[in-house]
Amino acid sequence: MILSAEKKKLLWQDQFGISVTKDQFSVALAGNPNVGKSTIFNALTGLHQHTGNWPGKTVDNAQGSFYHQQKSFLIVDLPGTYSLLAHTVEEQIARDFLCFANPDVTVVVLDATCLERNLNLALQVFEITTKVIVCLNLMDEADKKDLVIDVPSLERELGVPVIAASARQGEGLTELRNKIYQVATGALQTKPRQIIYSSEVENALQDLLPLVADIASHTLPPRWIALRLLDGDQSFLNSLSNYLDIHQTSFHPGWEESKCAQ
Amino acid sequence: MCAMIPSRSLGEVYCEAEGVRKSNLKSFSDQIVADIYGNAEQITKQVLSKKGSQRISFDQTIDNLVTSKWLGYPLMILLLIGVFWITIEGANIPSAFLATGLFAFQDQLTLWFQWLGAPDWVHGVLVLGVYRTLAWVVAVMLPPMAIFFPLFTLLEDSGYLPRIAFNLDHIFKKARACGKQSLTMCMGFGCNAAGVTSCRIIDSPRERLIAILTNNFVPCNGRFPTLIAISSIFIGGTIAAYSGLINALVLSIIILLGVGATLSISWLLSMTILKGEPSSLVLELPSYRRPKIGAVIYRSMIDRTLFVLRRAIIIAAPAGGVIWILANVSVGELSILSTVAQALNPLGHLIGLDGFILMAFILGLPANEIVLPILIMSYLSTGALQDYASLEELRNVLVNHGWTWLTAVNVMLFSLLHWPCATTLLTTYKETGSKKWVFLSFLIPTIIGISVCFILTQVVRLLGLV
Amino acid sequence: MKGAVRIDPLADLSPGSVCEIVSLELSGLLRRRILDLGIVPGTLIRCIRRGPSGDPTAYLVRETLIALRREDTAQIFVRRLSNGEECV
Repeated sequence: MILSAEKKKLLWQDQFGISVTKDQFSVALAGNPNVGKSTIFNALTGLHQHTGNWPGKTVDNAQGSFYHQQKSFLIVDLPGTYSLLAHTVEEQIARDFLCFANPDVTVVVLDATCLERNLNLALQVFEITTKVIVCLNLMDEADKKDLVIDVPSLERELGVPVIAASARQGEGLTELRNKIYQVATGALQTKPRQIIYSSEVENALQDLLPLVADIASHTLPPRWIALRLLDGDQSFLNSLSNYLDIHQTSFHPGWEESKCAQ
Repeated sequence: MCAMIPSRSLGEVYCEAEGVRKSNLKSFSDQIVADIYGNAEQITKQVLSKKGSQRISFDQTIDNLVTSKWLGYPLMILLLIGVFWITIEGANIPSAFLATGLFAFQDQLTLWFQWLGAPDWVHGVLVLGVYRTLAWVVAVMLPPMAIFFPLFTLLEDSGYLPRIAFNLDHIFKKARACGKQSLTMCMGFGCNAAGVTSCRIIDSPRERLIAILTNNFVPCNGRFPTLIAISSIFIGGTIAAYSGLINALVLSIIILLGVGATLSISWLLSMTILKGEPSSLVLELPSYRRPKIGAVIYRSMIDRTLFVLRRAIIIAAPAGGVIWILANVSVGELSILSTVAQALNPLGHLIGLDGFILMAFILGLPANEIVLPILIMSYLSTGALQDYASLEELRNVLVNHGWTWLTAVNVMLFSLLHWPCATTLLTTYKETGSKKWVFLSFLIPTIIGISVCFILTQVVRLLGLV
Repeated sequence: MKGAVRIDPLADLSPGSVCEIVSLELSGLLRRRILDLGIVPGTLIRCIRRGPSGDPTAYLVRETLIALRREDTAQIFVRRLSNGEECV
């Protein structure tokens, strides 16, 4: 699951257009559109940031850095997406980054005023990586709408640290930095809640799991790959094939060329 | 059927998976999404509770106003006029201040050049050409941009903008375009290049292209000074006390014309080269939030100021130098500038302009804000931009060169309906990746502009109104 | 036994009423986007208001206001709820 620092640096530069240095921890910032990700990003990085485009795409890519406890953190602001089941360019970029770039920590920013919908993305992220922190933002707005969220209870339910924040008021950011540090260094272990699917899906997954077990188990949970196969997610398979090519595994690339018996 | 092969290729796995996927009657994809939401619902039930009774929320109250049948549109128009009025009036004092300061410094520069014994032409190019144009652009361009962009960002942060798309979607639907195009047009008011970039919010490639190709029908901040100056001279100046308001109104009318052009051309494009099904609107209307006024203004103003300064230095300053040279180097009897202007005169006259005006627009390709300075420079044929002259002096200059009310209207129309500036063309290329669309984005507004001015001019002349 | 459950298109819902999603007869990208926003069978959805010219219409679903056009909501089928069942 761990790329050598050299390989990671190359991968990040070539595939994602991001330059990360050897001793930097990498942090991915994910979330729905309009949840205040930029506010958090700006608050964490200040002026140490710059914006460009994701390679080959007309989508903004913002990266910045900050220091905490004498460690350097590179933070990448992923495009705002409702889901990782990629059907738009933004979703594909976010998904590819989380799947193949292996950031040290992923922070999923949720809008406290519409928790249910935001959890959709969080739960999907949990299926890809375990090193996740949830930042429950816009608590001040939730308060105005008379919504009360039991944060410790949410932490228990999700199995990952949950930080209540009002980024615009500057609240919760110190805690966020601390938690990022703890998860990145491994001081804090997380056990994110896995999605339980209905029986038809679970049965189909059982059928597929043996097949996918070897494909990319060093990077991605087999269950996630099996789910994407069930989805018929072509763009994911393209990205996966591309990634496997780069890492010169012994598998034959060009999955599209295979002739299916059916 | 699972043979004990140690490794399988991705292709083989895919085939088997497809078998499993298609064996199910219902779509797995739908079920997966429904299941994830099922999980989310369970979690939310555990942790979320609502205190207090059901009461009409703040959001609903505001929305009932701004999207209502009777008040929705008037409020939007009022907002439009309001934003322009604040931009125009708010820019006056900083503009005057900057102008005084920068032009005073220019006199100082002249003294230094004289003291150095520099030859006239060096002084001409550097001080009268480069510096003067730079000063003019900064004094005239910077304040409106530094006010408009923060205002726009405030509106954006407050959550109001999607309501504009909500109110106007049905009109855009008739033009077979997307309601979100109204937002890209709003952005275009600030800067057409920024407007083109903002077209990314439109998902359908076809509708995104329509929005990009028509963005130039919305006049950017760079064209405001031209429009306002001419409006002030020929229209607003008549009632000095209300000139600010009158100018804002005239500007709003011009913009409404631009909106009309956008809608018609969008429709035309949808019917011809960008044919296709209207795609759907899925527009999220976020809650209204009180924007952090201080932080927004700070960040936005600094961003914009830097942008304008950079552009002025990179584009306006060298352009000024080049223009001075063209205006002071003679080919035969006349300067190059005058020669070109004379050559363009027949075409200009046909569409109710003149050669100098047309040339100013052409030379204004790098940046719209230098059109007016170039024009004034050429008219005065001393090859030097006069001071940020009083409106009366400007008016005399124009009238002396044969301007009538028709000329003024045509100049305003042409300013609205002509080719995009170089930055916008470059941005269009970056966003579309194709020279064909860049060329079209150049051609379409130009043809419309020439046609409109031509028709208006001929009709007016025919009716003997001028 | 109530008899056949009445299924209507979402487009017919008037402002203020709540209903439950039964099925989506949409296809392609629109279908995906609507699903991703949480408008799945079983979800409660409330019609909030119509645009000033009657279209689009804003709906409240999972605490989010989403505006949709009539042609599209005509292909989303819902079951009206009687009083007491609603709580969006």
